[in-house]
Amino acid sequence: MNAVPTMKAKHQRMTLVILALVAIVAAGLIAAWALSNQANFFYLPEQIQDDPPAIGQPVRLGGMVQPGSIEQQADGISVNFVVTGNEDSAVSVQYSGILPDLFVEGSGVVAEGSLQADGTFHASNLLAKHDENYVPRELEGLEGHGSEVESDTYADTVAGLD
Amino acid sequence: MIAELGLAALWLSAALAVLQMISGAFGVKGEGSSAHALYARPAAVVQAFLAVLAFFLLLYAFAITDLSIKLVATNSHSAKPLIYKLTGTWGNHEGSMLLWVAVLALSGGLLAGLERRLPEKTMSATLMVQGFVALGFYAFLLLSSNPFERLPVPALEGGGLNPLLQDIGLAVHPPTLYIGYVGLSVAFSLAMGALLTRQVNPDFAKILRPWVLGAWVFLTFGITAGSYWAYYELGWGGWWFWDPVENASFMPWLAATALLHSVSVLAARDALRTWTIMLGVLAFSMSMLGTFLVRSGVLTSVHAFAVDPERGSFILVLLALYIGGALTIFAMRAGSIAEGKRFSFTSREGALVFNNVMLSAILAIVLFGTLYPLLTEAFDTRVSVGPPYFNPVGAIFAIPMLIVMAVGPLLRWKEDNPKRIQFEISLLAAIVVAVIAVVAILGSYGILPHLGLGLALALAIATFLPLRRRNLRRVPLATWGMVCAHFGIAVAVFGMASESAFTSERLAAVAVGDSEEVAGWTIELESVAPVAGPNWTAIEARLMARRGDEEPTILAPQARNFWSPPQPTSESALITRWDGQLYAVIGDQAGVDEAGNQRWQLRVWWKPFVTLIWYGGILVALGGILSMIGRVRVDLTRRNAKAKGDERRAELEALDRDASTEPAE
Repeated sequence: MNAVPTMKAKHQRMTLVILALVAIVAAGLIAAWALSNQANFFYLPEQIQDDPPAIGQPVRLGGMVQPGSIEQQADGISVNFVVTGNEDSAVSVQYSGILPDLFVEGSGVVAEGSLQADGTFHASNLLAKHDENYVPRELEGLEGHGSEVESDTYADTVAGLD
Repeated sequence: MIAELGLAALWLSAALAVLQMISGAFGVKGEGSSAHALYARPAAVVQAFLAVLAFFLLLYAFAITDLSIKLVATNSHSAKPLIYKLTGTWGNHEGSMLLWVAVLALSGGLLAGLERRLPEKTMSATLMVQGFVALGFYAFLLLSSNPFERLPVPALEGGGLNPLLQDIGLAVHPPTLYIGYVGLSVAFSLAMGALLTRQVNPDFAKILRPWVLGAWVFLTFGITAGSYWAYYELGWGGWWFWDPVENASFMPWLAATALLHSVSVLAARDALRTWTIMLGVLAFSMSMLGTFLVRSGVLTSVHAFAVDPERGSFILVLLALYIGGALTIFAMRAGSIAEGKRFSFTSREGALVFNNVMLSAILAIVLFGTLYPLLTEAFDTRVSVGPPYFNPVGAIFAIPMLIVMAVGPLLRWKEDNPKRIQFEISLLAAIVVAVIAVVAILGSYGILPHLGLGLALALAIATFLPLRRRNLRRVPLATWGMVCAHFGIAVAVFGMASESAFTSERLAAVAVGDSEEVAGWTIELESVAPVAGPNWTAIEARLMARRGDEEPTILAPQARNFWSPPQPTSESALITRWDGQLYAVIGDQAGVDEAGNQRWQLRVWWKPFVTLIWYGGILVALGGILSMIGRVRVDLTRRNAKAKGDERRAELEALDRDASTEPAE
């Protein structure tokens, strides 16, 4: 512990630099390892059908809420609806909770949750469009969105703040 | 006229930034005092005045809703309450960049106007760097985001402001955060100035410290305010979402916190010279990176404005120029800075270094997590990174940091024997173990809340231990500042752990007259009625909330519909008690019950001690203020005393001379 008298200033600086580097590299490695495990992958309905994620693995599903598919359940707090993608694919989603403010039929939605054994998607959280100008990034390029956004009179206004 | 005046003021400011830069460069080059170097200070001061003027002109244009200005027409509305007209000034891309630039110029002006302690040459170099940074952002504002652009034909009515932003939070959160972000530019410029003129020493650290403290206080306050705003406005019951833009404000805070502590080591012990400079560069780099992430549209979040690739690449170029330039100069000059004083690993410096490294590691974790989705998108894989990554991985480094934070202030500078504080260490360890044991008996919660509760209590007690056996009246104000800030961290960590461990939640469909129970509260839906505000209509629920046998309290959450722009939002309702908050949100109609009565969705949380998170943040900021006042006061007293001493010495010398010359007459 008695490093002061023996260690030269230069050596101490080297030691400090090496320790700091080791810590940062360790942080980087831990981050890389954890990211590969914890990152939440985004799926389109067609991807869920072609190459489904493991049952129970947290993923995000994005697509359009199929018109006429929203069904409120008897308990008053659960809804079932169908999310469609670009092709004929569709995934039925179950969600319990207060629906986001802009959750409407024919509009885009991102559901966070996991696939169940029976093939339905159990959503723990729904992200809808934030306002008229904002489309979740994952949904850019889905049909039915571009025109709606461009026709907006104040397309370059805020969708949020900082 | 307003718009033209504002634009002229901005162009003039940009010209003054060029003058400041050139004049500063003369000051660095010229041996002795160059005549050309005299312009840098006045240029910075006048520039600050003009940039702030431009900002106030835009504020005025928003106040009177001047619809001939494009920015006002797209973002404001004549029917909006005045306060939101004003705050709407920075609720959009151009306005918020103007605020950023105005704060940048103002901090440069304050530095030039107030700072008289630095050697002239270092000051010239600092002002040169500050002018160079400012110039880039003026160019960005004027060339790609002109806030004063006129419309060919004035609009009849404005587009309105996003309703989520129509809240008092917008008045507080962005300006404080920006002052913090951009205040770090002064730390950056000072660090570069000292590096260029090889003046990295304790005197420099004492000058740098109040600037870092000031920016850090504002950042702390801005982040705290933003967190509370998101908590009550978004209606999701969460207080931190690891949203990329939240991370963008958290990263400069981490770097500034590390800088703050390493500056103290430099000031007190003349150690950690290069490390301090590096952190000075890093802190402002993180501010700029945050601006890039938010302003470029590479991210979508609650905060992101409309996407404009041109703006994104502009900021990216500025980012590369400033960070790359700073790192190049750092690499060239770092070797020529003599090593500072040595210290043992078990010393105050050792603890501070350890926590500096931990803070940097947390910064790296947050940075990787924030940028990872952008990286994978380049390979066409879309991922999102959220709490399951940030919480545990961040904790790997945050927990050792909290432990060392409890012990560090007990250690002596330079070298200490750990045996000296054996008693304190065992006491703290006992507290941690006891708390974890008690919580584990009470119920099964995650491992992080357990550790958080234990460490928070131990840290809260440890914070006051350095005051033991000291005359409290003679403890310096700066030490009180440290105690207050560290205690604030303990309080906030306790709030976070408690919220994540003990929150209870109830989601139900209720008809008028029904009641629900959550954590000892009984909540009865009394009525649901339509109400209207200046630019919205709403469904308002009246809830009677009662805890045990006490008098019921009325809660009135709303589901609002704004009409310009048309958008629904939910307004949560809160009851605050000393031991927590009850949080209620009303949702959609939820069908009918068996008796045929209309039901409504209702979501209620009881969050024990959640308010401590923000009280803790305020304590931390308050600690920063105390410390700043203490440091500046000590410094002024010392300088006055020195000036008086010099005067007296000069007088004595003059007397001596008189005495020795007298006989000759």
